[in-house]
Amino acid sequence: MADNKATDSSDMSSQSASPSPAKPPFWNDPDKRALIFQVVLLAGLFLLFAFLFNNTLSNLDKRGINTGFGFLSNTAGFGISQTLIAYDETSSFGRTFLVGLTNTLLVAALAIVAATLLGFLVGVGRLSKNWLLSKVTLVYIETFRNIPLLLQIVFWYMAIIPLLPMPRNSHSLAEAFFLNRRGLEMPAPVTEAGFNLTLWAVAAAILAIIGLKRWAKIRQDKTGQIFPVFWTSVAILIGLPLLVFLLTGRPLHWDLPALKGFNFNGGLTIIPELAALWLALTIYTAAFIAEIVRSGIQSVIKGQIEAAASLGLRPRRTLQLVVIPQAMRVIIPQLTSQYLNIVKNSSLAVAIAYPDLVAVFAGTTLNQTGQAVEIIFMTMLVYLSISLLISLFMNWYNRRMALIER
Amino acid sequence: MAIITQNASPDLPPPSSDIGLKGWLKQNLFSNALNSAITIMLLIALLAMLIPLVRWAFIDADWLGTTREDCTSGGACWVFVSVHFNQFMYGLYPATEYWRINLAGFILVLTLLALMIRGVPGKKYITLFALLIFPIIVFYLFAGGRFGLEPVETSLWGGLSLTLVLAIVGIVASLPLGILLALGRRSDMPIVRAVCVAFIEIWRGVPLITVLFMASVMLPLFLPEGMNFDKLIRALVGIVLFQSAYMAEVIRGGLQAIPKGQYEAAQALGLSYWQSMYKVILPQALKLVIPGIVNTFISLFKDTTLVMIIGLFDLLGIIQAAFSNPDWLGYSIEGYAFAALVFWIFCFGMSRYSQSVERKLNTGY
Repeated sequence: MADNKATDSSDMSSQSASPSPAKPPFWNDPDKRALIFQVVLLAGLFLLFAFLFNNTLSNLDKRGINTGFGFLSNTAGFGISQTLIAYDETSSFGRTFLVGLTNTLLVAALAIVAATLLGFLVGVGRLSKNWLLSKVTLVYIETFRNIPLLLQIVFWYMAIIPLLPMPRNSHSLAEAFFLNRRGLEMPAPVTEAGFNLTLWAVAAAILAIIGLKRWAKIRQDKTGQIFPVFWTSVAILIGLPLLVFLLTGRPLHWDLPALKGFNFNGGLTIIPELAALWLALTIYTAAFIAEIVRSGIQSVIKGQIEAAASLGLRPRRTLQLVVIPQAMRVIIPQLTSQYLNIVKNSSLAVAIAYPDLVAVFAGTTLNQTGQAVEIIFMTMLVYLSISLLISLFMNWYNRRMALIER
Repeated sequence: MAIITQNASPDLPPPSSDIGLKGWLKQNLFSNALNSAITIMLLIALLAMLIPLVRWAFIDADWLGTTREDCTSGGACWVFVSVHFNQFMYGLYPATEYWRINLAGFILVLTLLALMIRGVPGKKYITLFALLIFPIIVFYLFAGGRFGLEPVETSLWGGLSLTLVLAIVGIVASLPLGILLALGRRSDMPIVRAVCVAFIEIWRGVPLITVLFMASVMLPLFLPEGMNFDKLIRALVGIVLFQSAYMAEVIRGGLQAIPKGQYEAAQALGLSYWQSMYKVILPQALKLVIPGIVNTFISLFKDTTLVMIIGLFDLLGIIQAAFSNPDWLGYSIEGYAFAALVFWIFCFGMSRYSQSVERKLNTGY
């Protein structure tokens, strides 16, 4: 009894000491466990990075490579086959970075425009009621998206371009365009004094179109009358600059390419590397864009079109006001990720020595300087910033386009 | 005086221009002026392309022979492919040891068939075998050096077998990493989430070729002196890190598709986090994302060609090496056509498979 009582009382006392249920040990408390886990994770990551950093420093030291970005101001001493900005062999390594970057952006921009056009055409063709057209586009899509892009790039560059004639026997069009295995020669526009006015006229035309659109919307809200904005815009965009161009005395002439000896002089040259990369990127990505366009258009359910018809909208207005806006909501996010893919895939240029960022900077410059860490870091940073910019745009667009439900 | 018939007179047959071949042509190819114009233009373009192509690839082609002198008829020289066929499949692997690669390929095909055909019992164990034991078997078969097998250096691996090794190791090794990253990205712990988001977004934001450059140039710098991998392992490290980020996003899609009630039910049963993931959430989520995984596998399979740039001889690399050989100079189109055909068969087959799985999983609503 006494024993029992003693235990009872001791139990009582322990309970009165802690009236709330006994606290679990800290390793069973979810909050504390999460905290500990995260601290351990951070410490582990820190140790990993310290380990890598330390190794890198000692390895670089042993190979006698200086760390830092000082090498960027040293003289490069090698030529680059296509430069959009002033560059020669006496320029610095920093300049090679800019040359590579502009070349990457050039081929990416060209491929984005061409792949979008081709992709939309093929995607719409896929939905055509014409059996032959729909099957031909299907074969196109299934063929080109299932063959590696790199294979397509080297195919155009190493197998097809060598089949073209030498410069002396070029295929020519109107004695202004010449196609040969050294590239495509085109007339180059040369501007004269006063051409700036035409450019200003383009800017003015764009402003005028924005104003016109606002005015047309206000008028339609008030009176219900529809103003033909599209055709008026086209007329303004072409007419105004053309008028200024003619009034200022046509301050532009064309520099025609001409055969001198074994090569062409003057004009504008698309180098074969650019042509192959552009062609392959366009054909490959257009196959993906076509599928995106097809699924986007098919995602607009039939009821929407029937509803528009029963409201009395004509087919063209239905397309413009009902189908395209809803299809674009599906298409644009996937389209931007394809654009991002084009930018990243343009780095395959290195396989055919098109002087893009990876080939020039992470290739030649890296080999000449040995500054692997800095150069790879800068290269990755460029691609990361581009993809960050594109994903920022995507988020903004998704917010704007999000369905506002009841 | 009305004439009343009990039986309706039979329907007239549709006009002959609306049925049969004629009707089909009218409906599908020549329904209006624009369609007719498109049809005729496409037909002309197709004939202009296909006739020379068929002549080159089949009618005028040379199929038999052993040297380039056997290619005389002016069409495609498939002799180039048949002479190098073993090289394209096995790389520079010693010919007496081909059976090891064949055996590995045979086990792979058997395992895949067992996994894909419905009604085969014990899928769980087959999956475990495919993910855990099979890679070990393949490693010893390929590399040798144990069990009385002659060691074969990785620099001799090449061709289609190397392409398959890169793609399969890339996908299998990135699966567990991708699961962890996907779970981490959906975690409540802010630091874990931040680390996972940063890892995923960094790898997804850069092109694979810079990752491969990094793996081949910078990895030796990162590691302590004396610790060095060969080129193949370095490329694999890069591919796996890169691929795990994409895998994580695919799996995250599956995790998000699982209704919240499943998570809550698992908690209500008293399962711990890992128990509920392992027993309740992941089995459902992973099943949902099989098509997504196959799609990432297709893009990885195509991306393995990039290892050519850092000097490994995958299928594309070995074909390029073959037609750079002075004896066979100038047969690049045949080589590329063969590579394209092989890649196309694999990728198209896998995409069809993923579509059929998608249809099977799509229970309708």
